[in-house]
Amino acid sequence: MDFDFSDDQRLLKDSVARFVAERYGFEDRTRMLAMPGGRDPAIWSAMAELGLLGLPFAEADGGFGGGGTETMILMEEFGRGLVVEPYLSAIVLAGTILGDAASGDQRAARIERIVAGDHRLAVAFAEPRGPRYAVDARATVAVGDRLTGEKIAVLGGGDAHELIVSARTSTGETGLFFVDAAAPGVSVHAEAGYDGSRVATVRLDDVPAERIAGDGAAHLTRAIEAANAALCAEAVGAMAAALDLTTEYLKTRKQFGVPIASFQALQHRAVDMLMQLELARSMAIFAAVSLDQPPAVRAANIAAAKVQVARAARFVGQQAVQLHGGIGITAEYKIGHVFKRLTAIETLFGDADHHLDALTDIGGLAA
Amino acid sequence: MNLDFTPEEQAFRDEVRTFLAAELPDDIRTAVADRTDLTKEQIVRWQRILNARGWAVPKWQPEHGGCGWTPAQKYIFQEELSLARAPEEFSFNVAMIGPILQRFGTDAQKAKFLAPTANLDIWWCQGFSEPGSGSDLASLKTSAVRDGDDYVVNGQKIWTTLAQHADWIFALVRTDPKAPKPQMGISFLLIDMTSPGITVRPIRTIDDHHEVNEVFFDDVRVPAENLIGTENRGWDYAKHLLGNERSGIARIGLSKERLRWARDTAAEMAADGRLTPREHDRLLRDLVEAEIDLKALELTQLRVVAADSGHGGEGAGAAASILKVKGTEVQQRMTEIMMTLAGPAGLALPDGGHGRNEAVEDRWLSAAAPYYFTMRKVSIYGGSNEIQRNIVAKTVLGL
Ligand SMILES: Cc1cc2nc3c(=O)[nH]c(=O)nc-3n(C[C@H](O)[C@H](O)[C@H](O)COP(=O)(O)OP(=O)(O)OC[C@H]3O[C@@H](n4cnc5c(N)ncnc54)[C@H](O)[C@@H]3O)c2cc1C
Repeated sequence: MDFDFSDDQRLLKDSVARFVAERYGFEDRTRMLAMPGGRDPAIWSAMAELGLLGLPFAEADGGFGGGGTETMILMEEFGRGLVVEPYLSAIVLAGTILGDAASGDQRAARIERIVAGDHRLAVAFAEPRGPRYAVDARATVAVGDRLTGEKIAVLGGGDAHELIVSARTSTGETGLFFVDAAAPGVSVHAEAGYDGSRVATVRLDDVPAERIAGDGAAHLTRAIEAANAALCAEAVGAMAAALDLTTEYLKTRKQFGVPIASFQALQHRAVDMLMQLELARSMAIFAAVSLDQPPAVRAANIAAAKVQVARAARFVGQQAVQLHGGIGITAEYKIGHVFKRLTAIETLFGDADHHLDALTDIGGLAA
Repeated sequence: MNLDFTPEEQAFRDEVRTFLAAELPDDIRTAVADRTDLTKEQIVRWQRILNARGWAVPKWQPEHGGCGWTPAQKYIFQEELSLARAPEEFSFNVAMIGPILQRFGTDAQKAKFLAPTANLDIWWCQGFSEPGSGSDLASLKTSAVRDGDDYVVNGQKIWTTLAQHADWIFALVRTDPKAPKPQMGISFLLIDMTSPGITVRPIRTIDDHHEVNEVFFDDVRVPAENLIGTENRGWDYAKHLLGNERSGIARIGLSKERLRWARDTAAEMAADGRLTPREHDRLLRDLVEAEIDLKALELTQLRVVAADSGHGGEGAGAAASILKVKGTEVQQRMTEIMMTLAGPAGLALPDGGHGRNEAVEDRWLSAAAPYYFTMRKVSIYGGSNEIQRNIVAKTVLGL
């Protein structure tokens, strides 16, 4: 048993934390959100320079060979700063599919450019009218190597260069395909999400595509597990930020002639937030180290982590706002934005209810 | 014990229902159902429809437009309004300043303000809170100094709801900074929002709306005839205002309407495949749990209504605080259920762009998250839920 980070991991943590502190203050973030596309492209380039975009890719492919723990370290710091760059979609989600399923040629054609920050992928799988968390494609169909259909809730889809799209093949299974986002027949409409992210609706009309071999639903499932593990870590960072901001506020805000931190009702609430945060942190670690486990164990552990983290995220987010009073719901302060991102994390890639069902079906956690 | 409404009360309910079916405009009903914004025009239009029917200000004194209803009738009226998806009562006019004017206003003030207040020809806003004075309202600092026939007002209010639309503000101001207790140096002033020296600055909230404001007063001259009651007694009047709303505070009708809405929407989503049977079942369970909470709350509310009507029971202790805390908890629970229904498709903001897909064209989908966010306010304002618990601890439990 060893919960310590290695020296390399500590270095990574420090460098990401410094990057976020220097480049991602709340005012910087507000300014960047108002830019076209909702972010500052210079940040993505800076992430490339720091080596963050290559983190999870194999060294043989031009990456840095990081695992679940490295992604967790990075995502926690991103969570603290409410980083809106599409790292989750372009690197974690798409990167997992590339690493697991793409051929040598397909990887060679992309990964180096991704690591350099010149090529961004997004993964398009959710469909309108379909069950919200389904991984099998229904309405998007592949005829040979051409796709037609519609995808919604595509994270980072607005300015991706290339899409990984799920589609039902002639044999009725779900396949994954690369689609050039600039190809004729592709239309992408990006919308602002309430959490500062961008989500896109993608329409495909007889669009040329390149198949990724294998069972697309299985690959998607694994990528979504990696994304959920990353989201758990991001939530931990956001909750830690929420708790810091809240305790700081309790100490400075005065009512009735005293700091409101002197009211025990509020002290206990802050302690409850801390307890939720610590339990969530434990489960985020559990999720991160489970990524290397066999499929059934991995699925169960990550589902359990997401349940715990989603519930903690709701409690901590709501209470942070409550303890700030009116200030908590103004757009001019960071705390409300932390609450909003925590709300998005709850629902992305399966909410607590969804994962409870999933874990129930698996039969619970292994003894 | 008999938990039923009388036949007369049932008949009254039918009368209200018939009126609402005929008179509530579709555009307003739809906006309320989807939880999208009501415009100023819609709020005013609806108030005038009610006023034309004689139902704009049922709780006021009969000579000023009140209906002389029993507490049960008032309760039924409010519930039917909510269930029909009518806008909520415009409380600043109807529940706050109107009753204050009737109880403490001069004849001249009543003659000038009451009729236009009922008809929403005058839009009022409430200027109590200040940056340094929220829960501890009595510490407020905005000053009013007598100068001839005027008061000269300086200071700042914050969180002033819909001040951008307001014609007048009723404000608490400090007239005696040396009073032995802070509560004893406060006066209640009516201030014309077009007075020179008033600046309204919008505050954007996390639902990306403009609902609240800062209001600055810079040497604003207010005729002394706009003082309510006696100088330095404003705190008593304000307490009257904050305490006279025992019957509406829990907003039970609102939660009942959300419950119905959520059941109907869940059924639609299950029918077109957006909810799996299992997700649908679980939502129905969640809704039943919320419904039980709501029933308990409703019966508690009705005990208060019955006690207020002299129909037995002593009501619930510290009723207003209990109804406020539990009522807001149920309201917030309903917004969580709305979020569950929306799922990840609720991530995109209402005005986030064009080319929306069919699913997102359900307008409520993009309104669900802003509504969830903004409804965090209900446990903060009107005396926060922590402050309500302090009150109950002290007044009921004697702690
Ligand atoms: C959307 C919105 C609309 C509003 N509209 C209006 C309006 O139109 N007019 C107006 O005058 N005001 C309005 N308000 C202001 C509202 O009344 C105040 O927000 C409220 O009184 C709380 O004050 P505060 O925000 O300063 O929080 P604080 O008083 O600073 O409270 C911060 C936290 O400390 C807690 N706390 C404070 N004291 C204690 C204690 N003794 N024991 C335990 N906990 C305590 C509070 O519960 C809260 O959680 C509005 C507020 C909101 C959010």
